[in-house]
Amino acid sequence: MYKKEVRGELILGNKSYGDITRDILRSQEEKAPLWWKLSFALFFVLMAVGLGYYVPLTIAKGIGMWGNNNQVPWGWAIINFVWWIGIGHAGTAFSIFLLVFRQKWRTSINRAAEAMTVFAVLAAGLFPAIHVGRPWDEFFIFPYGPNSRGLWVNFNSPLLWDVFAIATYLTTSAIFWYIGMLPDFATVRDRSEGIKRKIYNALSFGWVGSMDKWRKFEDTLVILGGLAMPLVIAVHSIVSTDFSAGILPGWHETIFPPFFVVGAIFSGFSMVVTLMVLIRKAFKLHEYVTDDHFDAIARIITFVSLIMGSAYLIELFIAWYSANTYETYVFDENYLKGHYALPYWLMLVFNAFLPQLFWFKKVRRNLTWVFWITIGVNIGMWLERYNIVVPPAAEDFLPANWFHYTSTIVDKWVYLGTIGLFGVGVMLFIRFIPMMAMNELKQQAKRHTELKPTEEQLQEIKKYLEDE
Amino acid sequence: MKKYWRSLEELESVRKNETIEPSIEFPTDGLSKEEIKNKYVSNRRDFLKLLGFSTAYAVAATSCQQPVRKAIPFLQRPADITPGVASHYATTISTPDDYAAVVVKVRDGRPIKIEGNKLSKITQGGTNARIQAAVLDLYDTARLQHPVKNGKKITWDKADAEITKKLGEIAAAGQKIYIIAGTVISPTTKKLFEEFKAKYPTAKFVYLDPVSYSAIIAANEATFGKVGIPVYHFDKAKVIAGFNADFLGTWLSPVQFAADYAKTRDLTNGQTEISRHYQYETLMSLTGSNADYRRYIKPAQEKKLLIKLHNAIASQTGGQMIKELPCEIDVKKMAADLLANKGQSLVVSGTNDTDIQVIVNSINNMLGNYGKTIDFSRETLLKQGRDEKIHQAFADMKDGKAGAVIFYNANPVYNCHKSDEKAAVIKKMALSVALTDKLDETAKNVQYVLPDNHFLESWSDAEPVSGMFSLGQPTINKLWDTRQAQESFMKWTGISGSFYDYLKKNWIENILSKKEAPEEGGEQGVQQDSTATESQNIIDFTSGWNKALQDGVYEVAVNGEAPQFNAAYLKENEAKITAFTKPSGMQLVVYEKIGIGSGLMANNPWLQELPDPISKATWDNYITVAPKTAKEKGWKQEDVLTVKANGYEVSLPVLIQPGQDPSTIGIALGYGRTAAGPVADQVGGANAAGFVTAKDGHRQFSGIAVEISKTGKTYPLAQTQTHDTMEGRGEDIARETTLAAWQKDKHSGNEKHVFFKEKLEHVNLYKNGYNPEDYPGHHWGLAIDYNKCTGCSACIIACQVENNIAIVGKEQVRRRRNMHWLRIDRYYSSKEDKLYSEVEDNPEVFHQPVMCQHCDNAPCENVCPVAATPHTNEGLNAMAYNRCIGTRYCMNNCPYKVRRFNWFNFVEGGDYNYLFNDEVKRMVLNPDVVIRQRGVVEKCTLCVQRIQEGKLKAKSEGRELRDGEIEVACEQACPSNAIVFGDTNMEGARIIKLFQDERSYGLLEELKTLPSVVYMTKVRNKDEEHKTEA
Repeated sequence: MYKKEVRGELILGNKSYGDITRDILRSQEEKAPLWWKLSFALFFVLMAVGLGYYVPLTIAKGIGMWGNNNQVPWGWAIINFVWWIGIGHAGTAFSIFLLVFRQKWRTSINRAAEAMTVFAVLAAGLFPAIHVGRPWDEFFIFPYGPNSRGLWVNFNSPLLWDVFAIATYLTTSAIFWYIGMLPDFATVRDRSEGIKRKIYNALSFGWVGSMDKWRKFEDTLVILGGLAMPLVIAVHSIVSTDFSAGILPGWHETIFPPFFVVGAIFSGFSMVVTLMVLIRKAFKLHEYVTDDHFDAIARIITFVSLIMGSAYLIELFIAWYSANTYETYVFDENYLKGHYALPYWLMLVFNAFLPQLFWFKKVRRNLTWVFWITIGVNIGMWLERYNIVVPPAAEDFLPANWFHYTSTIVDKWVYLGTIGLFGVGVMLFIRFIPMMAMNELKQQAKRHTELKPTEEQLQEIKKYLEDE
Repeated sequence: MKKYWRSLEELESVRKNETIEPSIEFPTDGLSKEEIKNKYVSNRRDFLKLLGFSTAYAVAATSCQQPVRKAIPFLQRPADITPGVASHYATTISTPDDYAAVVVKVRDGRPIKIEGNKLSKITQGGTNARIQAAVLDLYDTARLQHPVKNGKKITWDKADAEITKKLGEIAAAGQKIYIIAGTVISPTTKKLFEEFKAKYPTAKFVYLDPVSYSAIIAANEATFGKVGIPVYHFDKAKVIAGFNADFLGTWLSPVQFAADYAKTRDLTNGQTEISRHYQYETLMSLTGSNADYRRYIKPAQEKKLLIKLHNAIASQTGGQMIKELPCEIDVKKMAADLLANKGQSLVVSGTNDTDIQVIVNSINNMLGNYGKTIDFSRETLLKQGRDEKIHQAFADMKDGKAGAVIFYNANPVYNCHKSDEKAAVIKKMALSVALTDKLDETAKNVQYVLPDNHFLESWSDAEPVSGMFSLGQPTINKLWDTRQAQESFMKWTGISGSFYDYLKKNWIENILSKKEAPEEGGEQGVQQDSTATESQNIIDFTSGWNKALQDGVYEVAVNGEAPQFNAAYLKENEAKITAFTKPSGMQLVVYEKIGIGSGLMANNPWLQELPDPISKATWDNYITVAPKTAKEKGWKQEDVLTVKANGYEVSLPVLIQPGQDPSTIGIALGYGRTAAGPVADQVGGANAAGFVTAKDGHRQFSGIAVEISKTGKTYPLAQTQTHDTMEGRGEDIARETTLAAWQKDKHSGNEKHVFFKEKLEHVNLYKNGYNPEDYPGHHWGLAIDYNKCTGCSACIIACQVENNIAIVGKEQVRRRRNMHWLRIDRYYSSKEDKLYSEVEDNPEVFHQPVMCQHCDNAPCENVCPVAATPHTNEGLNAMAYNRCIGTRYCMNNCPYKVRRFNWFNFVEGGDYNYLFNDEVKRMVLNPDVVIRQRGVVEKCTLCVQRIQEGKLKAKSEGRELRDGEIEVACEQACPSNAIVFGDTNMEGARIIKLFQDERSYGLLEELKTLPSVVYMTKVRNKDEEHKTEA
């Protein structure tokens, strides 16, 4: 049972079940506002140009369209891949971890967070697919059945582990997200007519809301959540092995798996906040997403930021302590004062220092500050991936090879394209899917509904009674 | 048939094509600057196309079909051709830049690879980058494909008739007929020239060397009374002092000298002493980068320094002292070393100045080097040009004393000062003919251009050193309607038959009849019986012909008398020799680059993309500037400067070059070609030959006073290496020691190897890659000896030719996407600074060839998700191109960064291609090596196709493989035998000894990658480590 004395009220405004339904579904039952149309158009254009033009351009002409070179064979594509995967941690981490820790305040946010996960993982998944030199032969990477040549994949390769990890994570996240939506789809169905009703009926798998269904629904969610929890840890740990199993100084580090997971949660939570600030403002949902929510997330972000900061310090210390020439060079020369000092110090500021402002309650409760700090964290996390992917490769063992990396316009557009994909996803989500878990919200609201039937309903009731 | 024109424009355009403009006749493939720009900017059409493509792609991907290419077998197999088996023919390459006896590999009638001929005592099986690349020039579509008169096509018969008539008239009128040729070392051609002269008595033959050696010839004439250049034996020298002579790179006969030099640096054959090499030079040359002691000097200092050295030696040997000029450079150590090795030392200077050459001759004479390290009983005939004669020729042509000029292998309009004047003079001649392969700068101004065959289509012979001959034979039928230049001379002289008949007759009568030199410990030479009757002789000689043709080389004994040194000359001309005028301002030095040379092969993309061994720059000409000067003057790399001197000016970008004299700038020859072909057209740079004017009748390539101004513009340069120091990692990357330390302790400099060997034995965190049981048969390996490697880069081109490695173009080199499987890392020593990143003013230089190390515990193999790069049971790191999907993870994980990715479709033609998008040029591809598709990773395979060929040959002959039987391309090309390939499992193989040598180590061995390539610690012959100057 939720204790108001500790947390304060989660949903303000003395909402009835009906109020919740109406408030949440207002976003899709009303006509699309102008800002929605404009944002959708903007994201769609980004997606169309980035993914509809620059991705085919890369496939048609070659990876040479990007900035990668012999010395730095991986560039923006891998940075963006890791970045999106990191953001994709938000939903599952939010839902599962807070579920396990019985943090009921998650209920007004987890649906959006899970949606984000799905779109972010989709965006992330695009990069490994287009990053290879011969995408048309990509199926080689799957241990597929009709294998007449006796060729098999290399299970030693972290890239292969990636394939399994990401595929599993995407599937599980999507199923978890979808099943959670079943009762809400049914609510939408009940409130709609015609073709829309049919569609939502199909989407809700004919949900009837019987006690038995509810029990099964809740059990399924718990089981799926339990299954997904290790995946949250696994997927980014495995992504980190792409680097830590490598030989490059700056990559070959045992700290990477936890470091990556924490970093992912960091960027995921920040992205959730960024989005929720906007959604709350757009749909005036401050009764559901209260300042207390942001306060709570900000505290988590502060704590994670401390972990990140310590991890950076540990990396620097170990590099010095190892007395390994190459390792020392990468950290103490290249990062701290060398060619890559700017992105490194910016990363430190955005990830380790800036979120420390959340120690002040005023900052935590000022949404402008919260918004910009979380944006800063995501820039910082992008830079962190840049610092991992580029500098160790650019200045590795043999100095004769050293060469720096410069991205091209194509790199940038592909990245914008994935932002477009993500944005289009979020926009569609807002319009067509109940963007908060109504059924869960209702569990946090008052135990009863004050019967406030509408005029129409009163007429109906009257008629019914008369017929009786 | 009747032809209708749609419009007057169409008719006009067809008419224009009839008068062929050579510059538009050839397709301008490759990249112009605008095109590079367009690659990255898309227009609306592209946008729509690709937008459509994105939807159509999914459909197309499932339904597209590979085009069918048919391979049709021979119906009647030509004799001597077995499909799939290569034939090898001995021949000779002789251009104004290079000479080598070579063996040409011919596959299915196409010459595809040039290799050194090991039977040659001159080039000793070695080659250089240009010789390796020469095979592509055969397929150069920019070659002139038919004879031309005043820009119009003409038939051979008509041209011959007209020229013969005019020659007759001019000779009858008593006007001179000048034949200006690149130095001719062919004895048969010279004989032909004699016959030509007999028919046209006014004919005069003048040799033009793009880079002049005429001062050496003049100095020898003055001091020895002999016109010519002696034979230098670097192999017999224990102390070598070079003054502005890049004898390992470009001076006189670099292939020969590199081979000889390497013998004196060899520590693998049991010898414990190596030569000591002093180098004093203005620019940083390849030779200087290999010297034990090196110092930069101003161009004007050379004379002062040599006089000081001269007197230091004269005072000890009782020789002629001459007036000394003030010189602050200490020569005591060098003089002492030279004196301690009398008769085993060698002093050479590359400066085209008679006074300097006279002093050098005197020093060598006092040291007793003549007859020992310098052999004047034979002559080096490679350079015979006399500058004053060229000058005279053009003067005569201007004055109207000459009526005709014939250019053969010479391009004075490009190679000489005041090209416009020369072109105008040529245009006025009553008869002007060019026998050349292209419509080059000179040929554009003549009436008749008669295209010469490529040397691979011709019969030829050569006598690079008197008495040492080599033969050349065609390896392919003529590709186009060209004719060997000699046949043109024969036609005009009225000699019938082919040049082959003429050559064979000349050889049998005049060369094979001479007594063959006794072989040193070999049984190959067949002693000719001089008492046999003539008829017997002919039969013997005929068989001698076949053998000479098969061997490619032939040597006869020469009983040349060594001339006496005329010491009096020095005394008599003391005033002139010691005359000195102090130069002022910045001095320009015009030099030759290893790859480009005099610009003869400027249309060869392999050479244009070859990184210069010192500057590591490709595709461009630039001004080399010392770091100090750049700092003082505020010039930055890539700033464009205008240089003016001798009424000529060029604008070129700056390249900062450590080790160069701060009062000088350097510009290479060979750029700014305007009529060499489409590749050369796209290369930047300007011709530096215009700065070169004569002093005392000799063209001066250094010490040219220049005015320099900054233009404020910048121009991008493409270097393959942009970080020059080792960042204090020398002990891990490039190990070196001094001779004395090595003599005391053979592990010296390589102590870490001992350390790691012990430590890594116990490392078992990861699987130990090397288990002898895994390699039951062969285990291939490569040993690279730093002591012999000079960094000359012949191996890079050899590898490129052998393995069909693509050319990527300047823009892609700038993006560091060059495809060379073998690269040579060049490091400069750094200041003892915390960051180690600042290069010393006069650095020590280290050349390190790096190719795939074929690690037995390879980091690249583990990370490939599709297992496209597995390890073979012969120790090779294999690459399955068909399996590769191009994740590039292996490239990341290779600590040596030797893996190359096909960023674009480099090899199948297309936009980024200079080479393989041409059906004719594609004929140079090696059919044994698969070409790589876009999107796959490639790298050195240790020439797996050669290994396979060798194994199959041994198998078919039912025997075991012999050590040294398989030669990988880089090893074959190396003039100094620095690379040895072999089987480390083969008992008694040379490579086992090298692997066990105390000097050997694996690159980055602490990573426990267990490479199959070992490097052998460099031993410098100096008293103190890290001391560059003596």
